[in-house]
Amino acid sequence: MRAVQAPREDEVVRVRGLTKTYPAVKGRRGTPGTPEVRATDGVELGVRRGEVFGLLGPNGAGKSTLVRQLTGLMRPDAGSVEILGHDIVRHPERAARLLAYLGQESSALDELTVSLAAETTGVLRGLDVRRARAERDAVLEELGLAPIAGRALKKLSGGQRRLACFAAALVGERPLLVLDEPTTGMDPVARRAVWAAVDRRRAERGTTVLLVTHNVIEAETVLDRVAVIDRGRVIACDSPAGLKEQVSGEVRVELVWRERAPLEVPEVAALHERAAESGRRWTLRLAPEEARAAVATVTGGAAFAALDDFTLATPSLEDVYLALGGAARQGLVKA
Amino acid sequence: MSVVPAQVLPGGVPAVPETARDTDGLGPPARLWPSLAAVYRAQLSRARVARIPLLFVATFQSVGIAVMMRGVVDSGTEAQSVVAGSAVLVVAYVALNLLSQYFGQLRASGGLDHYATLPVPPAAVVLGAAAAYASFTVPGTLVTAVFGCALFGLPLSNLWILLLVIPLAGAALSGLGAACGLLAPRPELATLLGQLGMSAALLLGVLPADRMPEIIRLARDLLPSTYGVEAYARTFDGRPDWAVVLADLGVCAGVGVVSLAVATWAYRRAAVR
Repeated sequence: MRAVQAPREDEVVRVRGLTKTYPAVKGRRGTPGTPEVRATDGVELGVRRGEVFGLLGPNGAGKSTLVRQLTGLMRPDAGSVEILGHDIVRHPERAARLLAYLGQESSALDELTVSLAAETTGVLRGLDVRRARAERDAVLEELGLAPIAGRALKKLSGGQRRLACFAAALVGERPLLVLDEPTTGMDPVARRAVWAAVDRRRAERGTTVLLVTHNVIEAETVLDRVAVIDRGRVIACDSPAGLKEQVSGEVRVELVWRERAPLEVPEVAALHERAAESGRRWTLRLAPEEARAAVATVTGGAAFAALDDFTLATPSLEDVYLALGGAARQGLVKA
Repeated sequence: MSVVPAQVLPGGVPAVPETARDTDGLGPPARLWPSLAAVYRAQLSRARVARIPLLFVATFQSVGIAVMMRGVVDSGTEAQSVVAGSAVLVVAYVALNLLSQYFGQLRASGGLDHYATLPVPPAAVVLGAAAAYASFTVPGTLVTAVFGCALFGLPLSNLWILLLVIPLAGAALSGLGAACGLLAPRPELATLLGQLGMSAALLLGVLPADRMPEIIRLARDLLPSTYGVEAYARTFDGRPDWAVVLADLGVCAGVGVVSLAVATWAYRRAAVR
C-alpha cells in the first residue's frame, strides 16, 4: 500500500480511512452463519475535478459498499468522505444535492414511462416543472430515447431500460456523477451515447465522473484513472496505462484445445503447470521470449493437431489485477 | 464552482466560515409540495401499467362479500354496517395491503436508493405514494357502496360522505401500510402484515359488531378503518347524528396524521442503512 498522498487542491471527492464491517450473522436452522466481513478496509481515494475515475474489481470486492458510503446511503464505521468540501459522513443528506447517482436497480422507475421517469427525477432533484420538462426533452433527444419516450421502462429491453435510468440521472445537473455499471446490457450504439453524453458534460461543465465497473475493456477505454479494489482495499490507483506498465514485461498467451490438452508432449506438460485453466482454455502470463517458445511449441508437431485456437495479447487491466494479487480468478469481464 | 482551499485539511480548522462553505456546489433541495405532486403523479401513472387488474380484484372482492352477507343479514343497522364495511374494505385492500407490498418490495430491491439519493423530503415520497394509493380506491369504493345500497335497499342520498371517508380512512390505512412495508425486514413479511391488516379490516369491519364477543369488539375499536366504517354507516339513518359522524372522521384523521408520521420516520430509517 502506498503512503497517503498529500491532498490536492482540485480534488472533488476525498476519501480517507473509510472502513465498514458487516457484523457476523449467526446461523439459523437450515442456513449457515456468515462470518464478519470487512466490506471496505481503510480506503483512501482522491477524485480530481473533471476526470472519469473508475472503481474496478470483481463482484463482492466492496465497490458497491464504497459507493453507498460516498453517496450518503450508508454510514461508515470509521473514516471520512468529503465531496466538494462537504463532510458526507456528518451530513449524508448533502450528498443528494452534490451528486447524481445511477444505481444498479431500476425498480423505483420500472412502471413509469421513460419521459415521466426523467421528468419526475428532475423535479425531485429540485427543478421546477417547466425546467424539468425542458431538460427531460433535451436529454432524451441527446441519448436517442425520444422515439420510446412514451413506453414504460419495464416493457423495454435491459439495455434500453438502463439508458432510460441514465437519462433520469442526467436531468438536473450535478457536478459529480456516480455511475454504478451504467452500460450493463447495452448495445454498442447505446454505450457510445452514454460516453458521448459524459464527455460533453466534462468538456462544457467540468463534470466529474465516478464509475463503478468490472468490465476491463471499458475501463481501459474511458477511464482517466482507476482504483483497483480487492477485498475491500485499494490495491492500486493510477491511469490504466500506468497500471499496465507494472506488468509490461509480460505477454498473455491464451490456448484453446480441441478436446483435451496433449499432456503427453513434454513442453505442453511444462506449460500446464503455469496455466490458469478454464475448461478447454489455458491462460498463461509469460515473458516475451517464453511466449515465443510456447507458441512455437503449440503451432508445430503433435500439439498443433490438438489446438483449436490461440491468441497473444499485451497485458490488460485484468492482468494487472491478477499480478497485484487480486483474489478472484474469474471476476472481471472482457467484453 | 470552487473547491476546498488547501488550508482546509482533515483535522484542520476551516479557513472559511462554515456558513460560506455550506452552499458550496450544493444544488437546490426539492420543496415539499412540488415533489409531493411529482411523486403522486408518477404513482398514479403506475396504475395504468400495473394496478388496474388489482383494483378490479379489490372491487369484486368487496361486492362478493356484500352479496354473501345478504344471505346472513336482512336490513336495519346490520345491513348498514355490511355496506359501509365492504365499501371501506376496498380502501383497506388497496391502501394497506397493496401499499405495504409496494414499499416492502421497493425496499428489498434497492429501489429506495433512487429516492434516497435525490434531495426530496421523505414526507413527499411517503405522502405522495399514500395519496396515490388512496386515490386508486375511489372507483372501487363508490361501485361497492352503490351496489351494496341497491342490494340492501339503503338510501344513496348521503353517498357524498365517502369523499371524506376515503381520504381520511385512506390516510390512516395507507400510513399503516407504508410503515409495515418499510419496517418489515423482509418483503414476504411486509406482504404478510398487509394481508393480516386487510383480514382484520374484513372481519372486524364487515361483520356486525353486536354479535361479537367483548375482546373482538375491543380489537375492532383499535382498527382505524372501523371509524371510517361507522361514520359512513351512521349516515344511512333518516336523521344522522352529524356530530358523531364528525367525531369518527376526526379519529380517522388523527390516526392518519400519526401513522403517516410513523411511515415517514420508517422511510428515513429504511433509506439510510
